[in-house]
Amino acid sequence: MCLFSFLVVIIFSFAFGTDLQVYNGMVPGILWVAFIFSGLLGLNRSFGTERDKGTLSGLLLCPVAPWEIFLAKMIGTLIFTTIMEIFTFLVFIILYNQNVLPFLVPLSLVIFLGTLGFSIVGTIFSAMSSATKARDVILSILVFPISVPVIIASVKATGLILEGRSIQTVYAWLKILVAFDMVFLLLAYLTFSHIMEE
Amino acid sequence: MDELHGQKYVVKARELIKKFGFKTALRQVNLSLISGDCLALFGPNGAGKTTLIQILCSLTLPTSGKVVIAGLDTRYHRAAIHRLIGVIAHDTFLYGDLTAVENLNFYGRMYNVPKLKARIDDLIDQVGLRAYKNDPVHTYSRGMKQRLSVARAILHDPAILFLDEPYTGLDQQGADDLQRLLNQFRDQRKTIVLASHNLARGLELCSHAAILNAGELIYHENTAGIDKNEFKQMYLKLTEEKTWSHQISAQVSYENSRRSYGKIFFPNSDPKN
Amino acid sequence: MMLLALYAIFFYAPVEKTMGLVQKIFYIHVPAAFIAFLAFFITFAASILYLVKKDNQWDLIALCSAEIGIIFCTIVLVTGPIWAKPVWNVWWTWDPRLTTTLILWFIYVAYLMLRGVVGENKKANFSAVFGIIGFVNVPLTFFAIRLWRTIHPVMITSRGINISGPMKDTLALTFSAFCLLFIFLLLTRMRLEKMKRATETVIAMFEERHHF
Repeated sequence: MCLFSFLVVIIFSFAFGTDLQVYNGMVPGILWVAFIFSGLLGLNRSFGTERDKGTLSGLLLCPVAPWEIFLAKMIGTLIFTTIMEIFTFLVFIILYNQNVLPFLVPLSLVIFLGTLGFSIVGTIFSAMSSATKARDVILSILVFPISVPVIIASVKATGLILEGRSIQTVYAWLKILVAFDMVFLLLAYLTFSHIMEE
Repeated sequence: MDELHGQKYVVKARELIKKFGFKTALRQVNLSLISGDCLALFGPNGAGKTTLIQILCSLTLPTSGKVVIAGLDTRYHRAAIHRLIGVIAHDTFLYGDLTAVENLNFYGRMYNVPKLKARIDDLIDQVGLRAYKNDPVHTYSRGMKQRLSVARAILHDPAILFLDEPYTGLDQQGADDLQRLLNQFRDQRKTIVLASHNLARGLELCSHAAILNAGELIYHENTAGIDKNEFKQMYLKLTEEKTWSHQISAQVSYENSRRSYGKIFFPNSDPKN
Repeated sequence: MMLLALYAIFFYAPVEKTMGLVQKIFYIHVPAAFIAFLAFFITFAASILYLVKKDNQWDLIALCSAEIGIIFCTIVLVTGPIWAKPVWNVWWTWDPRLTTTLILWFIYVAYLMLRGVVGENKKANFSAVFGIIGFVNVPLTFFAIRLWRTIHPVMITSRGINISGPMKDTLALTFSAFCLLFIFLLLTRMRLEKMKRATETVIAMFEERHHF
């Protein structure tokens, strides 16, 4: 997963040449594209092996609510994706000469919220797509349209922070990210048991 | 009707119907077991045995009908029911990369089993896997995996056990071992429902037998002491052709559809018949 | 019903004022947009009802509404650029409404594709969940994009045009015509789907009968 995200970051630098001016506008976008594509790779494993090996039924037979299974899977995805993102981020700052030290705290907040949103949506759809024939394809088709608000908000917020703007401007984007996360957590809570029904 | 001879029903299924899309897997299945009963569920492939077991364990909800386990409805009290039941199926529900101890540890924590470590050691000895307990499960033979699966199933000391084709893929030794363990459970007065193709072993273990054919329960009697060959003959005869009630109901549904949709779908028939 | 809808559509032609021939697309574009969103709202409501009641009727409504909705959504996305090019000289603008409609289109496609790959027994469940998630996503997307647009310099000003009297009437007329058309298409599609499901049930019964 990490390897893939490194590749994405590097390939983009080839795609856009070495003109620094062009870079600065694209920088947050490139970062998040790397995050999202590698995140998708990892997501498939979340429920894929469970269904393949039949252990999903074993989990469902435990005295835990399906919602708790969702939370567990989601947090697992979140942790793995975050680790991947940290490494990617390091490569990224080096290759693109970004100065991030002053912005580490707000940046971490944005990345966390964005990754959380992506993990929530991804886990829901991973649970669904693992039960279908064309797993990877349908996962991407389902995740992308729904992740649009997260992606826009995260990219914009990251860009603003890297440019050194004040917290005020970023505030609105943070609101959207938080709203998205809460709404989808609620939706997952309400609907996950239906997804887990055999 | 919650009691029979003063004893409460521990498993009660009423009017179960299960449809998958347009195919009906279970038709009006009724089943009741009291504590300590041991039921062998026989039937040909595709009869619906696995579906029935899944519904009884509350892994699936029926299209209509109700299942009540120890007074708890499967629609609303799944977590509580799961504490009371253990399931051994063709799938072992074991994680191949983990060792036996790690697997049991995981499930033990999920079920909140008290004094977990002692219990795990005890169970591993019971199923005879002590020498292999720290090896990853994917190195085990099928028989060993199945034995570990039994340990997993009874980790939380459930009162009711559901078994779905547990003998599949086991060699003679493995099957004997499993039989021994199951006999122990029966003697401990656990309620057991065993779905299997293996008539001999099922009859040996259980006091009651039921036959499921094409989604219908066509036989449900006490079979303690019955002659195995006699039973086999009867079983073959019953499952060779569709039962009478099924033929009747299929005919009736056909007639009803014909009347509703008339000439569009049945151009050769007269809808007024 | 169908005659009424068609009549209404043809009737409006003489009523409209000529403000550039292309402007007439406005009468198709706006009602179609409204219907595209309405259709998915119906899918959303039907999905909720399905999950609560587990009655396949609701799943049927959700499916049919989505199929008709995507048609109207496509109409919006096609008429938009056709109108925009002569008027503003661009094919596409990242205007919040148009972009949200594009995302809605993708959500429709995802919904229908999901139904295509999932097995029968889980299809209704999964589609219902996606119907709910997809619809909730729409307002969130709209706000996100709108926020995005206010930060960048806006290329095209808002599409608010002062609607004068006769144009308002025409709009109202085409609006009702489209609504009627939608209802008609929906009911027809539903009837078709019901027949299809009944046939498949009967075929399944036949197969069982002659299987042994």
